[in-house]
Amino acid sequence: MDYFIQQLINGVTLGSIYGLIAIGYTMVYGIIGMINFAHGDIFMVGAFIALIVVIALGITAATPLLLLILALVLVLVIAMALTAVWGWTVERIAYRPLRGSFRLAPLITAIGASIALQNFVQISQGARNKPLQPLISGNFKLWETVTPEGSFVVQISYMQILIIVTTLALMVGFTMLINKTSLGRAQRACEQDRKMASLLGVNVDRTISLTFVMGAALAAVAGLMFLLYYGVIDFYIGFLAGVKAFTAAVLGGIGSLPGAMLGGLLIGLIETFWSGYFSLEYKDVAAFSILAIVLIFMPEGLLGKPEVEKV
Amino acid sequence: MTHWNDDAVLRIERVTMRFGGLVAVNDLSFNVGRGDITALIGPNGAGKTTVFNCATGFYKPTEGRIVMMRKAGEHFLLERMPDFKISARAGVARTFQNIRLFGGMTLLENLMVAQHNPLMVASNFTVGGLLGIGGFRKAEAEAVDRARYWLDRTSLLDRADDPAADLPYGAQRRLEIARAMCTSPELLCLDEPAAGLNPRESAELNTLLHFIRDEHATSVLLIEHDMSVVMEISDHVIVLDYGEKISDGTPDEVKNDPKVIAAYLGVADDEVDQVEEEVGL
Repeated sequence: MDYFIQQLINGVTLGSIYGLIAIGYTMVYGIIGMINFAHGDIFMVGAFIALIVVIALGITAATPLLLLILALVLVLVIAMALTAVWGWTVERIAYRPLRGSFRLAPLITAIGASIALQNFVQISQGARNKPLQPLISGNFKLWETVTPEGSFVVQISYMQILIIVTTLALMVGFTMLINKTSLGRAQRACEQDRKMASLLGVNVDRTISLTFVMGAALAAVAGLMFLLYYGVIDFYIGFLAGVKAFTAAVLGGIGSLPGAMLGGLLIGLIETFWSGYFSLEYKDVAAFSILAIVLIFMPEGLLGKPEVEKV
Repeated sequence: MTHWNDDAVLRIERVTMRFGGLVAVNDLSFNVGRGDITALIGPNGAGKTTVFNCATGFYKPTEGRIVMMRKAGEHFLLERMPDFKISARAGVARTFQNIRLFGGMTLLENLMVAQHNPLMVASNFTVGGLLGIGGFRKAEAEAVDRARYWLDRTSLLDRADDPAADLPYGAQRRLEIARAMCTSPELLCLDEPAAGLNPRESAELNTLLHFIRDEHATSVLLIEHDMSVVMEISDHVIVLDYGEKISDGTPDEVKNDPKVIAAYLGVADDEVDQVEEEVGL
């Protein structure tokens, strides 16, 4: 039981990171109906920007706590802003000129953009792993069970608390943005009928750009979390994380925001439990198998709306 | 009786629209008078909707220009504007022949989308809106008031929080007009607003359009097949046939124009008298 709870905590942490990335996939799909395959690499760029800012600010584990928190907030803001610019640029260069072209065209440029970002980071930052010393260490001990064979401590690290709390806060803010602000309404309107939204005075191009910007900013948060949690990044992390997050978005029902979050959590939990109870090597196989099974029985995903073909 | 030439809100000037070899609209010119309800009529395929599409940025006309003249004195060349600016800056709103509501959003939200631009500015481009600070709350409240006002006018207020797709057909048509009015247009273009309405709904539509014209100083340009609607509410009627204007005047003038009768009955001009006699006109 203790082991189970511990894995649950680990899984939720991992799932939060996937969920943050998955939102970017699901929002872009919702508004323009394409899969932005470069999104995983935007996440990777976000992690690199975060690393560069951390080093530039000279943050180490020895930094006093209050200063450390302030510095990390600064890192977060800078990483979100710069990564958002990257997201905006990719949309502007690779997708907008192809809007109105045949459906596969932006898909191909998305793959191109993904490869371009990977190679750019590989060349400019080097191909080797980039380690970062743990900045936030320490655990919060929940309880300890003593058995004759030894004791097992269920604990949640401060880093995990930080990740879960940040993700929750962002999710709440984000849901408010979509449901309560004029921009969110415009996004939902564009999702349903772009032309009509435009005729009502909504600048559709700008709304789509802002969607990419928002997705990229969230990916940057995920990037920073990943960097702090695992302490090592390289130019290739975007691929697997991107595929996982995309899987999460599809599992939850692509186009649905709560679905992306739920899918992220599920993928995180499946992976963690599988590696905890069965084998570490097959955790990805497990995650993707469950995706395949869910899609066979619920093609629209867990929270997705059934696709109604317009006549 | 040609005040629409003296004070026009929209001028269609020598507009031609070709689709490949097909000439949908040929060298068409007419004026839409300020404060008028102007009807664009004609047999099927006459090019009415094409004219609408040109005026609202859906198509770029092959030749000619379309000038919107706002009350403040600004002129806009609609054929050169991107479509979102036609609503936002030139003050032209339109509805479609087929209903294009945001079905998954509530009635209120549908009308709020139409007020996106002023709200974006008031919310400091979302930042203020998210934090609930600045003038955003006030602007949002005003937008809700305006939306509720139009829902009330179209007798939809009690369903404000239902998804738009759940409404019956006639109510959806009214909601489209309400939504268009929420953009505060100076010219409202309606593509067959009475299509599919029962006689009672049709009569309500007439009242609504008169209200819009008289109380909101909004000019109305509409395409309509239902002659009883056209003749009853229009101040000015333009008849198209094969992409050309064949008649232009008050409802009475148009009704008695032999060319119009010919176009609708499908006979040559010189046979009109004979046909009229046969049908007892």
